[in-house]
Amino acid sequence: MLDTIFFYAFALLTLGGAILTITRRNAIHSAISLIVSLLGVAGLYLLQHAEFLFAVQIVLYVGGIMVLFLFVIMLVNLDQMAKERQFNRAWMVGLAAVAAVGAEIGYFFYRGQDSFKLPEVQPPPIVQGNTEALADVLFRQYLLPFEIASILLLVAIVGSVVMAKKRI
Amino acid sequence: MHPVTEVHYLALSAALLLIGTIGVLTRRNIVIILMSIELILNAVNINLIAFSHAWGQTQGQIFAIFVIVDAVAEAAVGLGILIALFRNKETVLADEIDLLKW
Repeated sequence: MLDTIFFYAFALLTLGGAILTITRRNAIHSAISLIVSLLGVAGLYLLQHAEFLFAVQIVLYVGGIMVLFLFVIMLVNLDQMAKERQFNRAWMVGLAAVAAVGAEIGYFFYRGQDSFKLPEVQPPPIVQGNTEALADVLFRQYLLPFEIASILLLVAIVGSVVMAKKRI
Repeated sequence: MHPVTEVHYLALSAALLLIGTIGVLTRRNIVIILMSIELILNAVNINLIAFSHAWGQTQGQIFAIFVIVDAVAEAAVGLGILIALFRNKETVLADEIDLLKW
């Protein structure tokens, strides 16, 4: 019961924040709405017992990526951009394409109702915390992808410095 | 009230994906296009976590971590490109950047 109430509250935060993000004229307002939306997603993680991802979502997204976004918004002068047209000329085409995809997904949900009934899985007995369990799998089974991800981050750091610097 | 099942999470994720796609396809401001991409990646993460919970496994959460890493790299490089672009063209509107247009 309480789960249901919290799910709908977080869903409202997520979707409302998302809609405000893509409709606001001022980019700062968009960023604030995006923070609300990301916090809603973090709440959904908590409802699904993914506590580590909840912390990562807040620390990394709300604390890291959004600060980066706000920095860039301050750095780039967006004041005269806010006075211009906000949607491009082909917005009707975009909306039609999204409506088509949405109809497709809705049809899939309607036709595939039975296949969503997953077999009742008995969750394994909790012998360790969520973070411990994740670390076990991440550093044993997924060690190589983990290292590749760190190389990806290194490349991203170097790339963004090269892009943003005036003279190397 | 119905109990919340995986289908609810899938529907929510689909809605978030569609909202993000609308943002990418219709907005002119590149900063907001990048924010919409973050929304799309979050929709993917909700799906992964829902199935991870449904099957009682942690693999889905591992993949969600990798998706977050990708989102961070994408945001950093994208905003770097945006700053370089603004220095050269004085605009952040996607349809005014047409150097490659014949």
